[in-house]
Amino acid sequence: MVPISYYLVLSGILFVCGVLGFLIKRNIITIFMSIELMLNGVNLSFVAFAAQWHSLSGQVFVFFVMVVAAAEAAVGLAIIIAVYRTRETLNVDQVNLLKL
Amino acid sequence: MTPNPYLWLIPILPLAGAAINGFFGRQSSKKAISAIALTFCGGAFLLALWIAIGFSSASAPYYFDLAHWLRSGDLRADFSFYLDQLSLVMMLVVTGVGFLIHIYSVGYMWDDDGYYRFMAYLNLFMFFMLTLVLAKNYLMMFIGWEGVGLASYLLIGFWFTKDSAAAAGKKAFIVNRVGDFGFLIALFLMIQRYGTLDFPALFAKIQPLAPETAGAGILTAIGLLLMVGACGKSAQIPLYVWLPDAMEGPTPVSALIHAATMVTAGVYMVARSHVIFERAPTALTVVAIIGTLTALFAATIGIAQTDIKKVLAYSTVSQLGYMFMACGVGAFSAGIFHLMTHAFFKGLLFLAAGSVIHGVGGEQDMRKMGGLRLYMPWTFSVMGIATLAIAGIPPLAGFWSKDEILAQAFNTSWVYWLIGVVTAFITSFYMFRLMYMTFGGDYRGASAHDAHDAHAHAHDSHGHGHGEPHESPWVMLGPLVVLALLSLLGGFVGWGNHFEHFLDPVFKAAAEPGMQEPAREAGGKALEYILMAISVSVAALGWLLAHLLYSSRPQLPARIAESLGGLYKAVANKYYVDELYALLFVKPLIDGSTTILWHGVDQGVIDAAVNDSADAARHVSDEVRHMQSGNLRSYAGWIAAGGALVIAYMVWMGVR
Repeated sequence: MVPISYYLVLSGILFVCGVLGFLIKRNIITIFMSIELMLNGVNLSFVAFAAQWHSLSGQVFVFFVMVVAAAEAAVGLAIIIAVYRTRETLNVDQVNLLKL
Repeated sequence: MTPNPYLWLIPILPLAGAAINGFFGRQSSKKAISAIALTFCGGAFLLALWIAIGFSSASAPYYFDLAHWLRSGDLRADFSFYLDQLSLVMMLVVTGVGFLIHIYSVGYMWDDDGYYRFMAYLNLFMFFMLTLVLAKNYLMMFIGWEGVGLASYLLIGFWFTKDSAAAAGKKAFIVNRVGDFGFLIALFLMIQRYGTLDFPALFAKIQPLAPETAGAGILTAIGLLLMVGACGKSAQIPLYVWLPDAMEGPTPVSALIHAATMVTAGVYMVARSHVIFERAPTALTVVAIIGTLTALFAATIGIAQTDIKKVLAYSTVSQLGYMFMACGVGAFSAGIFHLMTHAFFKGLLFLAAGSVIHGVGGEQDMRKMGGLRLYMPWTFSVMGIATLAIAGIPPLAGFWSKDEILAQAFNTSWVYWLIGVVTAFITSFYMFRLMYMTFGGDYRGASAHDAHDAHAHAHDSHGHGHGEPHESPWVMLGPLVVLALLSLLGGFVGWGNHFEHFLDPVFKAAAEPGMQEPAREAGGKALEYILMAISVSVAALGWLLAHLLYSSRPQLPARIAESLGGLYKAVANKYYVDELYALLFVKPLIDGSTTILWHGVDQGVIDAAVNDSADAARHVSDEVRHMQSGNLRSYAGWIAAGGALVIAYMVWMGVR
């Protein structure tokens, strides 16, 4: 059996990749995908612990996260389309209207 | 004591009029405003008359408890009204003269933009004055006392766009504050010592006490503090300075508030508190001295004034001094008698002066009048009657009351009497001077001659052209005629001491035995007639002197003024009292406020604290706001850094 530390290391790598992608990338779509990467990194650690402790709650949690991620994807993509229509760009550095 | 359920309506009626005109007057027509003001004021007068007719000494005094007000521990101060012989006289004077002046105001103020405001204020004043007069306890009286002060302030500053009027209103209010402070402390002392402010209960507690001798005592303290209050309201030395300035108000106001009613509130209050004063001889002596000095002092200032209303204002101060002198020698009923006759003839004098001012188009300087007897015969004759009355020529009203006061004063000390007689002489002189300058000679309005220029008696054409003086309408002359009749005949209620006996239940019943010996019996009839003859002859002498100086030898006054030099200047400038007060009180107050309170406390501490904390907040936010860049990735960076920090902390501390 694969020890749990392997899963956790992979999960950490996935999460850090997501964070870095979020911070570095300028394209909104890419940023969006980085978020998904972070979520799945977390999901991996959930299922790993679930398997380790023979508890179903971790797996149930993962389903919740996936449902939320799906909903977020729907809303997020809609927002991205709206942003593109008004701003004609997907570069987040040019979408800074919240600034005073 | 008998309850009388109508008593409370007397003050409430004018209040209703004030409310209606005050709230809805702006939209109403002037006719409707006049109708409401006159109806409610006249209603109060008729009701007062009706109650007075039914008034009998057997069932008196009347009272009515309208509602509870203050009930704290043993202290009770309710909205209750009280009517005895003293308040009856005051009530009739206030409603009667007040009603006449309301009618007059309709004519006088008709063209003023603030007509509805004026009528509402007048009614409001009537409400407070009647509350003051009909109060059953000192606290109710104090409501009225403050209320008339407010009405007075509003009406003095009625033409508030004029700086001098606004300043005069403020001055009256602030000077009165000084007096009210004394009044208030007196009330506190009464509560602290006797636990009640109710007139019957309080006086019943004080009555058995022996007079306090030359030292001091609680009653002396209360008496002196009450007198401080009376000095403010009734314009006595040293607080009289507001009254002459109060002439900035419209003339009906000067007649109603600053001659006939409000300024006599202090006399009424002292008379009402006679039980206290009779047991505090020191305080009573102070009242007499202040009254006597004020009478003389103000009369001398009146000699050199050229503004017709200022002469009358100083005359009012002087006459109020007479009333206090009467109270001070224990002749309260004589003081109240003079209060009543003074309300008639001084109200008349002011209204007639208003008629003159109205007739010559707003001019108040007597040097620019003259010869008006030809243009305004009615005003001339009623003002003549009032002048004879105030000068003390028999058988007019002023003669009876003034003579009564002088006789009583003589009985106490010849010094009071002598000063009183000198004052009577001066009074007669300046009043006839006013008459000669206003109505005698030729009209000086068109060509602005100097007052003391020689005037030929031959008629020439000047003053007959455009804008010549004219008689006032009947709505103004009517009240003048009624007041003239009262000034003519009002004194006869003093015939055979009827007036005094009428007030006896108030003043004698409570008097301490042995103190209230009737004055006239002490000296005998002969002495009384001698005193009477002297006071009449000085009045005649004053008239003669005025005739000599201002009618037959009109160039003399200027020469006399010149030869007197500094003394004349001092009198003409009111002895520089205003300047002295400015130097002693106003300037230190303003300087102290400017340097310490304004620049020091307000700007240095309060403003500085507020501004500095605001500055600090701004500097901090200036730095912090750079975090709020609007850049999505920088926000994400902050979040990531924060998360990393939390994790690092947990790892460091050891996660459990």
